[in-house]
Amino acid sequence: MRLLKSLFKSPFFVLGTSLFVLTLSFALLGPLFLNVDVNTRAGLAYMAPSARHWLGTDHMGVDMISMLISGLRSSLYVGFLAGSVATTLGTLIGLYGGYKGGLIDDVLTAGTNLFLVIPSLIVLILLSASIDNGRSLTLIALIIGCTTWTWSARAVRAQAASLRSRDHVALARINGYGTLGIVFLHVMPYLLSYIFMVFILQMAAGILSEASLSMLGLGPYDSVSLGKILNEAKTNEALTDGAWWAFAPAMVLITTVVFSLYIINTSLEGVFNPRLRK
Amino acid sequence: MSGPVFEVDDLRAHYLTRFGQKIQAVDGVSFSLKAGEILGIAGESGCGKTTLVSACMGLYIPPLHLSGGDVRIEGKSILGVNSETNRREVLGKKISMIPQGALNSLNPTRKVKDLASDMIRSHDEAKDKKALYARLRERFQKLGMPADEVLNAYPVELPAGMKQRVVIGISTLLDPRVVIADEPTSALDVSTQKSVIKLLFELMDQGIIGSMLFITHELPLLRHVANRIAVMYAGEFVELGTTEQVIFDPRQPYTKALMGSMLSAEPGHPGQKPVAIEGAPPNLAQPIQGCRFAQRCPTKQPDCTVNRQGLRVAFDRQVRCDHAR
Amino acid sequence: MPGEPKFEAKELSRSYGHGKKRIEAVKNVSFTIADKDIVSVVGQSGCGKTVLAKMLLRLETPTSGSLSFNGKPIASEPDLRRHFRSVQAVFQDPFSAFNQFFTIKSQLRSCFKLFEQKPSAEEVEARVDGALRAVNIEPKEIEGKYPFELSGGQMQRMLLARIFILRPEVLIADEPTSMVDACSRANILDYLMKLKRELEMTIVFITHDIGLACYVSDAIFIMHRGEIIEQGPPDRVTRSPTSPVTKQLLEDIPDIHQPWLRRTAT
Repeated sequence: MRLLKSLFKSPFFVLGTSLFVLTLSFALLGPLFLNVDVNTRAGLAYMAPSARHWLGTDHMGVDMISMLISGLRSSLYVGFLAGSVATTLGTLIGLYGGYKGGLIDDVLTAGTNLFLVIPSLIVLILLSASIDNGRSLTLIALIIGCTTWTWSARAVRAQAASLRSRDHVALARINGYGTLGIVFLHVMPYLLSYIFMVFILQMAAGILSEASLSMLGLGPYDSVSLGKILNEAKTNEALTDGAWWAFAPAMVLITTVVFSLYIINTSLEGVFNPRLRK
Repeated sequence: MSGPVFEVDDLRAHYLTRFGQKIQAVDGVSFSLKAGEILGIAGESGCGKTTLVSACMGLYIPPLHLSGGDVRIEGKSILGVNSETNRREVLGKKISMIPQGALNSLNPTRKVKDLASDMIRSHDEAKDKKALYARLRERFQKLGMPADEVLNAYPVELPAGMKQRVVIGISTLLDPRVVIADEPTSALDVSTQKSVIKLLFELMDQGIIGSMLFITHELPLLRHVANRIAVMYAGEFVELGTTEQVIFDPRQPYTKALMGSMLSAEPGHPGQKPVAIEGAPPNLAQPIQGCRFAQRCPTKQPDCTVNRQGLRVAFDRQVRCDHAR
Repeated sequence: MPGEPKFEAKELSRSYGHGKKRIEAVKNVSFTIADKDIVSVVGQSGCGKTVLAKMLLRLETPTSGSLSFNGKPIASEPDLRRHFRSVQAVFQDPFSAFNQFFTIKSQLRSCFKLFEQKPSAEEVEARVDGALRAVNIEPKEIEGKYPFELSGGQMQRMLLARIFILRPEVLIADEPTSMVDACSRANILDYLMKLKRELEMTIVFITHDIGLACYVSDAIFIMHRGEIIEQGPPDRVTRSPTSPVTKQLLEDIPDIHQPWLRRTAT
């Protein structure tokens, strides 16, 4: 596994992966060690950090740490699902258009550009607003995924187009492979590392989109998310009250997760793109 | 002046890979050049000719390291100086290179006259702008280019053949004693190739270039360009003689195979059928016992895999084969 | 039918782009390729020989003119796979010609996608092994191996093994020896000759090396900037070319037996 070895030589990769794994562990393993309960009023509103509540309580008196863990889990879930949906949609469209070229490519590119131009946030807002009570995490994730795939599509399309004229693709054609076979067997494998990098960025974007939506009050109806925590802090004037624990930790978490994903992506680029290697 | 202009003495250079492997890419190469002489180096990819170029110029940038030997220009060694002195005193002035693929070696963001001025200025020959430009103009016109047009253009605006002339012009601005041409015409069509070679000949005849090392895998070209030819295989010379000898009367088995692979458009020449030789060149990371070509040699003798073949003088030339006939 | 031309082209052209950016890769070429002949298409890079080859393969469609195969217009066969049963190719770079993610043997087996009735697994295996032996490779040598585990010479033979499996009527060989080291070149030529002799194949040999072309061909087409400027038997083309462009080209190509350029001093 020379690939793993060279990945671990990159300080960015080590840093990014460590940060991400740390945050992930906090989210996944936290409930095993800490008592995560977002439904009980464990204390008074906006109690400062203490031995009992390490990061104090929120505006409803719920233990902040519980809120953060729960919120982190939701944000990661949304990021993962939205990222997967966006990457899958974008990759399929990009692969097909990029390989086929010609009229099909022109039509798909036009469609992609159309989606690109429509402000996805507006779509998100409109869709979210119209589904009031049923706004679950999953639905939000799906909506985000279905509106942010355009970036993946363009990225993958460019790569697929460059592979079109390769010799092994010509050989596959004269071996009788049809478009589907060539796209999945002879083009996609060459782009797997690229698609993975795209996925990481889409995941980061998904987390940020969810946070934005929640900040606008359009977050999940019955779950906690990091963006929702920030929104509550804003609505309940935590800043003026001096209750920094109501928003600062949530901000740090969002920033850490997204940042770690970005630098993982940068380090991958260094490994996968030979021209960037020293 | 008498005496050789360029002497390479048992030059050895190796690569150190990330995993600690030592690859002896150049293993004991020796030759000398007189003024006005062109030595051709024939060899296929992987034989070490590209490494030889860096080694001869004193460009030992890790992972390439000097193992031993010497390189002398006009009697003075050019190795063992630090890279700063090398850049200032040696490169461009005493020894210069014309690289493969002119299309990539010119900085596209600067005009030709600036690239050329850089060459002169980096050797501490600072002159005022006007005199500098006049000197460039004179040289470029001498090389048969429309000087004002070319000097004020960006490299991308020039066609491939003109770009190669510019590269040659800049490389030889300081009248280097030795020029190494590394596949200078491989990316050009035949007509442009001819005019570029013609230019190189003129530069030599006018003394702007002292002597030349011409590296190519295209043997027919070598036949018309080189005075002497050295055939390189697995890091060493296997045959070194005059052009006539090496091309028409090769003695070492690999040379024979290489020359035999050439096919002429002139019909009816005897010995036209190329002979197939199996296998591939040896892995230089491993120690090799005996002759490096033995594994693939059609006339292999039992002792070939045991005894290291030295370069001996036979048949009026140097041959690395104890059994050559 | 003996004597019937394999390919016949009239004013065949292929261009890309429009308006000022229009590139005419192949310009109004007309030729006949006779059955069982070896025809070389000789020219410098960029002369259009690869695009011409792709049109014969039906990997590119002409923009104008006509091209017929076995007497019928080449586009008249709706099923491309039938065409590929009759016309196949070997490419210049053996490493980039194969998919690096699949074993070489599985890629050889995938030739059988072209057959309407796929033979049994045993027969597939037998035919692949037979083809490997025809290019002097023991099937065990490459069992389970990926392209990057083999040498350039072995990979080039894999390309030829495909042809022994498929047995097409026509082989388009696109610079099959350019990326092969000098010592192995003769091998490739021997296999091509074997294909012609034993399987009566028509071979279209694309190359930039005119000496090589003269050695193997029955006829040579010389291409320059998209046009065929000279065609005929090798002897005639090299000794008495009709076009001044050809004359100049032949003079410019360095040949060991012909004078080329002289230095005034030495």
